[in-house]
Amino acid sequence: MSDEEDDLILDELNDEDLVLQMHDDLYDGMADEIFEAVHILLKRGWVPYDILTKALVEGMRIVGIDFRDGILFVPEVLLAAGAMKRGMGILKPLLIETGAPQLGKMVIGTVKGDIHDIGKNLVAMMMEGAGFEVFDLGINNPVEDYIDALKRENADILGMSALLTTTMPYMKIVIDTMKEQGIRDDYIVLVGGAPLNEEFGKAIGSDAYCRDAAVAVETAKEFMARKHNQA
Amino acid sequence: MDLLSKLLAENEWLMADGATGTNLFNRGLEAGEAPELWNVDQPDKIRALYQDSVDSGSDIFLTNSFGGTAARLKLHNAQDRVRELNKLAAELGREVADKAGRPVVVAGSVGPTGEIFEPLGPLSHAEAVEMFQEQGAALLEGGADVLWLETISAPEEYRAAAEAFANINAPWVGTMSFDTAGRTMMGVTSSDMVEMVHSIENRPIGFGANCGVGASDLLRTIQGFKAANPELPIVAKGNAGIPKFVHGHIHYDGTPELMGKYAVMVRNSGAKIIGGCCGTMPEHLKAMRKALEETPMGAAPTDEEITAVLGGFSSESDGTGEVTAPKRVRRRRK
Repeated sequence: MSDEEDDLILDELNDEDLVLQMHDDLYDGMADEIFEAVHILLKRGWVPYDILTKALVEGMRIVGIDFRDGILFVPEVLLAAGAMKRGMGILKPLLIETGAPQLGKMVIGTVKGDIHDIGKNLVAMMMEGAGFEVFDLGINNPVEDYIDALKRENADILGMSALLTTTMPYMKIVIDTMKEQGIRDDYIVLVGGAPLNEEFGKAIGSDAYCRDAAVAVETAKEFMARKHNQA
Repeated sequence: MDLLSKLLAENEWLMADGATGTNLFNRGLEAGEAPELWNVDQPDKIRALYQDSVDSGSDIFLTNSFGGTAARLKLHNAQDRVRELNKLAAELGREVADKAGRPVVVAGSVGPTGEIFEPLGPLSHAEAVEMFQEQGAALLEGGADVLWLETISAPEEYRAAAEAFANINAPWVGTMSFDTAGRTMMGVTSSDMVEMVHSIENRPIGFGANCGVGASDLLRTIQGFKAANPELPIVAKGNAGIPKFVHGHIHYDGTPELMGKYAVMVRNSGAKIIGGCCGTMPEHLKAMRKALEETPMGAAPTDEEITAVLGGFSSESDGTGEVTAPKRVRRRRK
């Protein structure tokens, strides 16, 4: 790895090398390079959906693995997600235009009283990176906001995040309210947050506890596949 | 000299307090409500919370002001009440401490803003300093002996608080939360933190770790500090096990007996200020005090001894020392 390689010209790479280069550039959070590479692939006649899945989603999958394994940490993942967002900015309108398949739709937000949205943002970005549509409610959500958004957005998945001992129990309030209204089973409910664990997730009635953003994506895919099989 | 420095000079070790959130829940706090509002609305319950720490043998207790920065209070539309709520948190503490009949340190708790720093996030260094300064000044005004920064993940935030506290001449302590494969969420290792603390102009009285995953991980972090030859006293405030949902309430699964063992092991590992975090109730504190008083100093426990008593680690390594994870081969450098 010498400095000369910094002068790499993306447009001179063949398709295969360019896609591999995009995986690296996502990993390193190089937004300008991703922006340029997406344009190059479009110019070469790639369909938007292939660029999304083969270049961006695959690149973010690698980022997710190293995040899960404690090799990358939040700052690096935020940079990578920022780079992906630049690429998605180009692809999103094209994907809608071309009617590319959607994996599912998620409503996500931190619960009432909880401002800590770093983990939630990572999940939202990784879910988008994996091809899900995400409706982000932001922080500090009372139960009504979650339920309104789920209905209005015709969502498949509810994602809730809490980081504090004082806010974790609110997740149960949301799930209990969904049960009272008879809509709990209409949605896949995923919960996350550093102090939580699997047992806790089960005890409050969620479908799964997701340890990190990468696990959230895998779990969401798995549950969506099951849902499709039932339908 | 501030009271904490004085007590540190006179004692081999000091015991801090336990949980604030868990204990307030047990007194009826609703999920999602701001604990800081109780300083005004339920002052007797806050006094009782502090009194429990004093009665359980704590030399130091933290005020009910963890979420007392403007950034956090904004959630409850109380961003204009920073001075009022923090001052009161300390005043109630002062009341309790002054009646204790022995020296007890009122430590003004300062938690993270919850925001990410520029350039990755929206928070500027200047804004963070301003918020920490506003909160810190109110806690001092209310009579806090020291300020106590806790559960920090980002080094930028730790430094911003140090600068804010220097501006108001506040003696302070600062701990971080190591909850991600032995590091903080932002990737800081135990040895990174020692290096950072040494490089800060306005050094804290003590530094260390709080919250995080379980007692085992916390012990490993404390040993990581020690291995980096810190020049300042180490603080250890671990959770009482992991959270479980029992009969509609959050319950941490660490028993008082286990927390007693944790306290002795963490002292043997090099911690000078020992307390608990989430889930640590008065009965845990009493067991910790008793174990610390009755057990002579011993050798630092090995990893095997830690896991045998307190359970396994959440990750194989804590990120210090040689890099064990294979680095991905890069096609070009950044």
